[in-house]
Amino acid sequence: MNLKELYQEIILDHGKNPRNLRRTENFNKDAKGHNPLCGDKVHVYLKLNENKKVEDISFEGQGCAISMASASIMTDLVKGKEEFEVKEIVNDFLDMIKEKDQLNSNILNEDDKTKLMCLSGVKQYPMRVKCATLSWHTLTTAIEKSQEEINTESV
Amino acid sequence: MNIENIKKEFPIFDDKIQNNDLVYLDSANSAQKPKMVVDRIYDFYTKEFSNVGRSVHYLAVAATNLYENTRSSVQKYINAKDRNEIVFTKGATEAINLVANTFGQKYLKEGDEVLITELEHHSNYVPWHFLRKSKKINIEFAEVNDDGEVTLESIEKKITNKTKIIGITHLSNVTGAILPVKEIVSLAHSKGIPVMVDGCQGAPHLKLDMQDLDCDFYAISGHKMYGPTGIGILYAKKQWLEELPPYQGGGGMIGEVKKKGISYGNLPNKYEAGTMATAQVIAFNESIKFLEKIGIENIEKHEKDLLNYAIQVLKKNNSINIIGNPKKKGGVISFTVEGIHPHDLATILDEDGVAIRAGHHCCQILHDKLGLSATARASFGVYNSKDDIDQLNESLNKCKKIFNLK
Repeated sequence: MNLKELYQEIILDHGKNPRNLRRTENFNKDAKGHNPLCGDKVHVYLKLNENKKVEDISFEGQGCAISMASASIMTDLVKGKEEFEVKEIVNDFLDMIKEKDQLNSNILNEDDKTKLMCLSGVKQYPMRVKCATLSWHTLTTAIEKSQEEINTESV
Repeated sequence: MNIENIKKEFPIFDDKIQNNDLVYLDSANSAQKPKMVVDRIYDFYTKEFSNVGRSVHYLAVAATNLYENTRSSVQKYINAKDRNEIVFTKGATEAINLVANTFGQKYLKEGDEVLITELEHHSNYVPWHFLRKSKKINIEFAEVNDDGEVTLESIEKKITNKTKIIGITHLSNVTGAILPVKEIVSLAHSKGIPVMVDGCQGAPHLKLDMQDLDCDFYAISGHKMYGPTGIGILYAKKQWLEELPPYQGGGGMIGEVKKKGISYGNLPNKYEAGTMATAQVIAFNESIKFLEKIGIENIEKHEKDLLNYAIQVLKKNNSINIIGNPKKKGGVISFTVEGIHPHDLATILDEDGVAIRAGHHCCQILHDKLGLSATARASFGVYNSKDDIDQLNESLNKCKKIFNLK
């Protein structure tokens, strides 16, 4: 195990100063996520334009450095992407966090991939994987709006 | 009391855990097990196993005697009047569910009130919530004060002529507050209201005397008392166990079973349906022996010393905020560290072999009140020493370093 891998500067930075930690005005998609085991909560807001492009994305919530950083990086990366691209990025991230060694999607550029891979340290801490994935599952729910509130025990 | 010798009785401390000496500060969650408890389970299964209370063969009779011996030990340990007032359950949670379910069934109707406190963990709230749904009762919460205590006055304030039962914790698993149970019971009884005490945290750390406390029900968790998981105890005054309906139906709890009707067994069998956690009950007798050998007064003193030391050490650390400041407090310290979320603390501490709990500790009501989604918690057991507190403090400083905090 390696704490330095888990708590890299970029994680600490995004954890301390999360980007897009606010509520999008005139959002048209949103979803709440909750981790009942630890009490972490997140609310993701999306504004998709008529071409299904993410015009704005933001989140509100509280949680550990990992969950805040993950939500922060996520919002940074999907802004400006089209809905189908967002789905691909989410799936790619979740695959990487769960089993794969790397990100495979071509939608993200190398810089973004490097940023996202900073979260891969969490793989060594199985109890903390849910911290990293909560906001991503919530984003999926917001897009699909299949459930009112997701929780980490049902995914 | 020589703590080094006591620690040696716990095999978990023999080996390194992930290359570290284990600093176990999570006993309020579950306590580690002394060898005598673990051995007893092995011996029972390998040399003495049989089901209890049914067959007449040698092993069955011997196992039944062992099982009943634990009941007598528990009766003596908690100074209950009658051994039939001791009911084995699968845990304190089941004990509380048993009370809420049977008491609710028989005595509660729409509009009645159950009074609990804001300190209760979910086990002493959710079972009553079921009655809110099924019987349309109301649940009232006695307020916790700024010191993290629930006082006699705050209980009194919430008692109305609709209050039918009061459920309180003996010792808060978050703030460590020890409630004035005896005074609350006396007040409640003066108004004809029974009291159920959640003794999850009280039983492992405080001297218990049911006749002195005079409560109507007391729920005990075996695994928090250095015993096996899967065993709990409900102490209930005999009158209640006779009056209340059975909780679960099955073998062992019956008198006569006919097509037209069924009569129930005598106490305590009436509440022990099906094959019970036999090995755990038998091994729990060893936990009682272990506690008696050290002496609960010595345990109380040891944990009080540790608590005072920990508060002193942690208070010197400027970024640490201790939750609550109860005048009477057990060996539990919940805290936050400015700028670091409790889960991050727990992960980093774990790297040094320091096991704490982070989260809401099954007390979301209290955390909502505190305005916190999570806290970190260090809780003590007989095997802890001041060295453990020093290691905790050192590792907390390491957390601050990783997070670039001063």
